[in-house]
Amino acid sequence: MPLKTTYIFKFKFIGDSVTQSEDVVGVQIDRIIDRYKGRRGALIQILLDVQKENRWLPEEYLRHISDRLNVPLPQVYQVVTFYKAFSLKKRGRHLVIVCMGTACHVRGAPSLFDRISQKLGIKEGATTGDGRFTLLTVNCMGCCALGPVMAVDETYFSNPAKSDFDNILDSYT
Amino acid sequence: MLKSPEDLTVRQERVKAENKGKIVLSLCSGTGCRANASQKVFEALSAELQKVNSGSNVILKRTGCHGFCEKGPILIIYPEEICYVSVKPSDVPDIVSKTIARGQLLPHLLWKNDTVTAVKHSEIPFYKHQTRYLLANNTHIDPASIEDYLGCNGYTALKRALFSMTPSDVIQEIKKANLRGRGGGGFPTGVKWEATRDAEGGEKYVVVNGDEGDPGAYMDRSILEGTPHSVLEGLIIGGYAIGASNGYFYIRQEYPLALENTRKAIAQAEELGLIGDNILGASFSFHVTVHQGAGAFVSGESSALLSAIEGRVGEPRLKYVRMSTSGLWGKPTALNNVETWANVPLIIANGAQWFNSIGTPGSKGSKIFSLVGKVENTGLVEVPMGTTLRKIINEIGGGIKNGKKFKAVQTGGPSGGCIPERHLDAQVDFDTLAELGSMMGSGGMIVMDEDSCMVDVARYFVEFLKEESCGKCLPCREGIGEMVSILNRIVMGGGKPDDLVFLEDLSVLLSEASLCGLGSSAANPVKSTLRYFKNEYESHILHKTCTALVCKAFTAFYIDKERCRGCMLCKKQCSVNAIQGEKAAAQRIDQRLCVKCGACLEICPAKFNAVRKISPVSDIPD
Repeated sequence: MPLKTTYIFKFKFIGDSVTQSEDVVGVQIDRIIDRYKGRRGALIQILLDVQKENRWLPEEYLRHISDRLNVPLPQVYQVVTFYKAFSLKKRGRHLVIVCMGTACHVRGAPSLFDRISQKLGIKEGATTGDGRFTLLTVNCMGCCALGPVMAVDETYFSNPAKSDFDNILDSYT
Repeated sequence: MLKSPEDLTVRQERVKAENKGKIVLSLCSGTGCRANASQKVFEALSAELQKVNSGSNVILKRTGCHGFCEKGPILIIYPEEICYVSVKPSDVPDIVSKTIARGQLLPHLLWKNDTVTAVKHSEIPFYKHQTRYLLANNTHIDPASIEDYLGCNGYTALKRALFSMTPSDVIQEIKKANLRGRGGGGFPTGVKWEATRDAEGGEKYVVVNGDEGDPGAYMDRSILEGTPHSVLEGLIIGGYAIGASNGYFYIRQEYPLALENTRKAIAQAEELGLIGDNILGASFSFHVTVHQGAGAFVSGESSALLSAIEGRVGEPRLKYVRMSTSGLWGKPTALNNVETWANVPLIIANGAQWFNSIGTPGSKGSKIFSLVGKVENTGLVEVPMGTTLRKIINEIGGGIKNGKKFKAVQTGGPSGGCIPERHLDAQVDFDTLAELGSMMGSGGMIVMDEDSCMVDVARYFVEFLKEESCGKCLPCREGIGEMVSILNRIVMGGGKPDDLVFLEDLSVLLSEASLCGLGSSAANPVKSTLRYFKNEYESHILHKTCTALVCKAFTAFYIDKERCRGCMLCKKQCSVNAIQGEKAAAQRIDQRLCVKCGACLEICPAKFNAVRKISPVSDIPD
């Protein structure tokens, strides 16, 4: 008996917090897979696109992708756990990202990180209890002139003082 | 659709004629300037231009990175070349009504220092001392417009290669130019191409390595964002020379704008027939695919990068089989870095002799560096190979920020090394940097001042490499981990004199036994800091002191009783309630509670300046 059809879709796209049926999500993933039809080695590209839509990768999605691409599930997991872009944990509605690149490091990124981590009350990789923010670090955002730099989603903040955090964070719900 | 080389020439001339005599506003929209709200400036400019009905005589362009990121967003007004720095949306009405309509300068937007006010872009010292070939067109080209690139004679080199040169002529030209790989390896590009061309096997591939993983380095990103067509043109020429009909761009996912602009460039080139079947009517056909990375530093290693394109984890392969024989999907593959590919059209258009006239005997051409850290002018710097570090840091970079003292410049990315002041007159090329115990790497140049602790810097890099080691080979996986624990011990206060000997032994092991370049060069940050800054290691281990006041275990904060006026600002800011004292009286920090976050130092008003940071901890007055 093949294992493939045993998975159950009981998930929702967290982006809009609406529970969706198995078919809807299956179709959405299939649409992404179809974009890469006939291309060798498209697994990573498909996972990136799915993660972009959903912000993280639930197990059921991975099983579906493994099935459709005929790539063994352990191999899918090997890829997902190897690359940093992928998350197997649910992420918050907004990403707070502190740059830990060298230029930011010498300009005080570690203490900026400590302050924002203290403010949010979470460690790296964790999500606040209200599901608003996930705190992440990256190795370089390439806007070294602004260092130390922090970003919320796609908006950059150059060395915000501790007293500015409230203003910044309040504008994200 | 361009069907012949003549079609291309006609199109280029048409673009040039259309742009002749027009006022061009070139607004930097690279990632750095976007972070500085250049998008808002753009919107304000287009609205304002529409309001005054400027007509078709004024062209507003969103270009790639101008390089002077410190002063972004930057606006250059051609043909006068007036350069405005740190432009804000509120400046826009004056720019349009005064400068554009009446040619009147706005002094507050010009770059100036104590002695010089620069009107033109080329008068600013940051630009004046550079020689720009690869970045030359960045201020003229809207990366979303292939027309702009054609107007700068884009794709002329491709035409020349396809219609006036045989594939082996192209390879000979690249060999004669002595072009060496800009990704850091410095391997002769022409030799690599020739081996790939000569290899057995039908299908061959050419690949762009755009996995610029070195923190503090963004040269490749700026090329891909600003002039993606230059890389694409190089790749097509490479495909022709090698006999490959398929090319790949590997671009890291952290660079969304580079990905977007490259994809656009490819689509436009396809539309014009510069990619596809029978390019410009020649018998050569070529197709390009973009692969987005997923975040792994080791993927920048060439064999790991190919595994990633194949959809697998990016682990390096053993090197006894060369990529030129068995690369992507087991086929002969030539992989080069973004900047290397961007040099190709320049060499083909201007000739190997021209390229050889720039640089040092061993390293020809120019090199782009990203000059960052504690330097006055952060930005992208393109200079001929052989320019001294001192010139780059002091003349172009404007010296150290806030009048501090220079300590070291780190080159070559995480696997590079730190170079001290006494070697600042060294000429930057592949060989000199290697002699100094560092390396060229991809071109990151991070300047450090007296406030940088070199033990902490070494720890930072080695920790980075530990995170990024793929774990496939034991020396790298365990060796780097061991180095990190020793360095952590030293910065935490538990260092022993023997540790330095052990670090040196581990360095040898790593460089000799690791599978790929990540492991074999991982000890460089430790080796170079031990070579030039051993005294800092010793003061950490023997005297529990961090003179740069970085390592938390050796530093403490206290409040100067004489200066504190008891304004209580720091007390309110302290998240652990470590500050005690009555209002209007001197405050005191309870060292047992203090987590050394530095918030009190940051908030203490300059007029009081009462909070002090010191090392060693034992120096706190009662």
